[in-house]
Amino acid sequence: MSAARQNRLNTFAAHGALILYTLIALFPVFVIVINSFKTRKAIFREPLVLPNADSFSMIGYETVLKQGDFFLYLQNSIIVTVVSLFFILLFGAMAAFALAEYRFKGNTLMGLYLALGIMIPIRIGTVAILELMVQTGLVNTLWALILVYTAQGLPLAVFILSEFMKQVSDDLKNAGRIDGLSEYRIFFRLVLPLVRPAMATVAVFNMIPIWNDLWFPLILAPAEEVKTLTLGSQVFIGQFVTDWNAVLSALSLAILPVMGLYVIFSRQLIRGITSGAVK
Amino acid sequence: MTALKLEKVCKSFGDVEVLKNIDLVVEDGEFVVFVGPSGCGKSTLLRVIAGLEDATSGTVDIGGEVVNDTPPAKRGIAMVFQSYALYPHLSVRDNMSLGLKQEKQPKAVIEERVDKAVKMLDLGDYVDRRPSDLSGGQRQRVAIGRAIVREPKLFLFDEPLSNLDAALRMNTRIEIADLHRKLSASMIYVTHDQTEAMTLADKIVVLRDGNVEQVGSPMELYNNPANQFVAGFLGSPSMNFLSKSEIPIPDGATLGIRPEHLSLTDDGRIKGQVTHVERLGGDTNLLVMSEAGETLTVRQFGQHDANVGEPVGLDFQDQNAFLFDQNQQRIAE
Ligand SMILES: Nc1ncnc2c1ncn2[C@@H]1O[C@H](COP(=O)(O)OP(=O)(O)OP(=O)(O)O)[C@@H](O)[C@H]1O
Ligand SMILES: [Mg+2]
Repeated sequence: MSAARQNRLNTFAAHGALILYTLIALFPVFVIVINSFKTRKAIFREPLVLPNADSFSMIGYETVLKQGDFFLYLQNSIIVTVVSLFFILLFGAMAAFALAEYRFKGNTLMGLYLALGIMIPIRIGTVAILELMVQTGLVNTLWALILVYTAQGLPLAVFILSEFMKQVSDDLKNAGRIDGLSEYRIFFRLVLPLVRPAMATVAVFNMIPIWNDLWFPLILAPAEEVKTLTLGSQVFIGQFVTDWNAVLSALSLAILPVMGLYVIFSRQLIRGITSGAVK
Repeated sequence: MTALKLEKVCKSFGDVEVLKNIDLVVEDGEFVVFVGPSGCGKSTLLRVIAGLEDATSGTVDIGGEVVNDTPPAKRGIAMVFQSYALYPHLSVRDNMSLGLKQEKQPKAVIEERVDKAVKMLDLGDYVDRRPSDLSGGQRQRVAIGRAIVREPKLFLFDEPLSNLDAALRMNTRIEIADLHRKLSASMIYVTHDQTEAMTLADKIVVLRDGNVEQVGSPMELYNNPANQFVAGFLGSPSMNFLSKSEIPIPDGATLGIRPEHLSLTDDGRIKGQVTHVERLGGDTNLLVMSEAGETLTVRQFGQHDANVGEPVGLDFQDQNAFLFDQNQQRIAE
């Protein structure tokens, strides 16, 4: 009886803490979204009040859609994020498989070398990267961003995925070998499906920083036709006047695609977390 | 013809020598069981035979062909793993037919062989299920089915029953023996369960630390162990070893006597006290502490009313005892 009550109390406390955390985390998003539907005056007078008949205004969204090439920017951002994630997952998983599965000289050293990038921020190399991109003629192309983001994401991907791949049963891979599957099919058909939750984790960890990055788009691809959404939104932030309606509207719109991607990955993510708890 | 011939097979992982100069012959249709304590290299030896590990040196010959450089799929073997290792995303039928599809067998052949295996293993109701929807015993049968359909020259089993509960283990053991009779294929079976070894094997190979200790039929090994390790490893409860008892034996030697060969007699040569009684219904095992301070197991058939603390006398017939020298080798009488 007392154990049951204790349990109830525990659940209650846990849920309370989680709800509180959710509220705190969602609060800024909430403020951005409600204010994006208000007039400029209302934003500054009462930033925490929901839009009403008086203060409701779509002026921000109108500006965003009229000025600048919002949909082009959005498309650029999506291309860069999705293609980078694809390469990070593909090459990360391949390297992780090699490290986890094959015994060769320098295996550990190679693993350490590949993981080193986790500790060294890629931005330190910005000047060299820019020189490289100029020499290869990749400046002001989406490829410049994709390559940089892939390089930036790989270390963590290799590190996480190789740990997970070591846990995939040897017997399963060996059964595949005896049945005559090639190493490629073992990798793609047997191992990858089993580490899907880990892949989703890596994807989510990498997605947000890529989507939000301002640094590399500004340096490597500032031209109008390759601007990403984050960079494109900067036109509304001026040195002297900032069009807050437009900024808030652009931010609200920018949340949507990442949220979509997140929903796709999160189902895998949650399955990964719970399967770990059950096994 | 020989199904398998190993010559001077060695395997090291880095500096660790796991297999040392293994020589072994498996005749056609023979059921060979590898036994040995955990970590002695049984699985490694099986993987070398399967081609999943390369031998560091020595030759592996399957069906008269040296296969050292042949990939596992082309060696004419099939393997059943302890963890079943079924493909989680494929149905039972697809699990069984994948290997044949890889060999590019015609559809009709695949279908026929799978159906035959399904019937043999009584899996008819499950062919469209995923492995995760099967019980442990059913999974193991699917794994066996996957091996059967390939019609290999040599079956390799790595502790296939150790994840099953006792009753199921016995049933599956009988099924495997039955399968061996029906297919008359050569089989190699790894286990550390000596009941499985004794009941299934035509020939037992006892391994220790990567060495072959003795090879022979179950009864040969039981009646005539080459050394103290084999004597102690086979038989349950295991053999009693006496080195300081009241029986006159050569200096430094050890006397071995099986629990079932000890009898309770008041004027026996060994005196002691009962310290524990295990009543199994059909058998009763007594643990006796001798006056020399050694614990002996006595196996009595039927039920026995011995009590803990009771003084007892033990005796045996001399032809049932074994003598081992300082190096644990058998001394022939
Ligand atoms: N990949 C490997 N790298 C290094 N050492 C290994 C490797 N695989 C096995 N070993 C070592 O080889 C020895 C034999 O292993 P093996 O798996 O063959 O034992 P086993 O007889 O099958 O034991 P068990 O009955 O527990 O399955 C062990 O000491 C093990 O640590
Ligand atoms: Mg083993």
